[in-house]
Amino acid sequence: MPLARAGAVLILQAMDAQGSFDLTTGRGLMACPRCDALHVEEELEPGETARCIRCGGVLAKPRGGAFGQLIALAFTSMVLMMGAVFFPFLEISRMGFGNATSLFGVAMAFADGVLLPLVLAVMAMIVGLPVLRSFLLVYTLAPLAQGRAPYRHAAMAFRWSEELRPWSMAEIFVIGTAVALVKVAGLATVHLGPAFWAFCALILVNLASRGFMCQTTIWDAIEDAGLPTDGRETARGPAR
Amino acid sequence: MTPDQPVLTAHRAGLVGCRSCGRVWPVDRETCDRCGADLVPPDRRGLQKVWAWWLAGLIMYVPANLFPMMRTQTFAGLQGSTEATILEGVVELIHYGNYDIAIIVFVASVIVPIAKFLSIAWLARVAGKPATVDQAQTRLKIYEVVEFIGRWSMIDVFVVAILSALVQLGFVASIHPGPAAVSFALSVAFTMLSAQSFDPRLIWRGLPLRSRTDDTGQD
Repeated sequence: MPLARAGAVLILQAMDAQGSFDLTTGRGLMACPRCDALHVEEELEPGETARCIRCGGVLAKPRGGAFGQLIALAFTSMVLMMGAVFFPFLEISRMGFGNATSLFGVAMAFADGVLLPLVLAVMAMIVGLPVLRSFLLVYTLAPLAQGRAPYRHAAMAFRWSEELRPWSMAEIFVIGTAVALVKVAGLATVHLGPAFWAFCALILVNLASRGFMCQTTIWDAIEDAGLPTDGRETARGPAR
Repeated sequence: MTPDQPVLTAHRAGLVGCRSCGRVWPVDRETCDRCGADLVPPDRRGLQKVWAWWLAGLIMYVPANLFPMMRTQTFAGLQGSTEATILEGVVELIHYGNYDIAIIVFVASVIVPIAKFLSIAWLARVAGKPATVDQAQTRLKIYEVVEFIGRWSMIDVFVVAILSALVQLGFVASIHPGPAAVSFALSVAFTMLSAQSFDPRLIWRGLPLRSRTDDTGQD
């Protein structure tokens, strides 16, 4: 039975029936991050989806072999990003005047006066954070996929990877490029460089990665692999 | 559909749930041992942060609309050098007949930011107030939309960056970014932070069944 069925009623009935969870310490329980409803943790089969009984949000959605897929996709995205950074991005020409720009050129567009901080921000949002997130994900998942204990601070790495998700804006940048191209089309002839196509591919890779990602499963895996997150929980003993 | 029955929440059970990984801890814990995130009970006091970022975003949104977003120079200024604010840029696009792009830019940089300000303010005002399950569902939907759509406003900043980097054709035409790009980017970032500071668990705290169990009563 998926986790989602395990609501308040079940908890009250099951409380003395089995010792799979503890209402005083929170062991074996999970709270919905969106509405705080308590659920009893249960192992899910790959392909099953656990939804919150109250708000209907997805709590867990494990996929078979997801860790390997996520690692592969993270590497793909790093390689594509490398191409996107070093190949020419866009090129325009009109009346014998021409200009080409790379991804760095785009960020450097703000490199004068008060706009200077935007260079760093743009660079981080379209290149830095996507690469960092891929790296953090590989760092977290590589040992787990091989069934070994996670590296030190893997929990922190994965938490950061999740917290940085909204700030990594590669897909928004691609749509921005499309808008810019239409604006320029009347003014000059535009050639799309390999970096542009690398960026488009990157979006697909990120979408696929999102489909395989199940945070709850990864958290459980980190915990089950017996990671001392930063030494604190040894003070109160393992939770299970 | 959600059953209309009392639901035991971590808060009511005297526990606190981790918003980052879902793990449940005793209420006096301050950090989650599994993921290391700070544990915050659902409390209306957290809304102060939402309002602070909201106000910062609103303040930055004013210069973002008053100052030019970019400056276009054609034929070394002979054919005119135009400075366009966000709205003027949209008008210009309509003028040249690019209606679809005009709509995208107008929605991304005018409608979405304003709708976002209104929605966050409304959510923060009604959070924790009595509500029915249906109302709570609606509020959660609005919160999810705001959270999802917020980052897309950044599109305008990227368009300005791409155009300024690309259109440097010396004599023929050149485009330079204007000061509004920075304030617009900051406004978007601040509203994103405001939406992230909002605790969606507060939406559910005002459900009527709560009055039966008198817990800490701190909201």
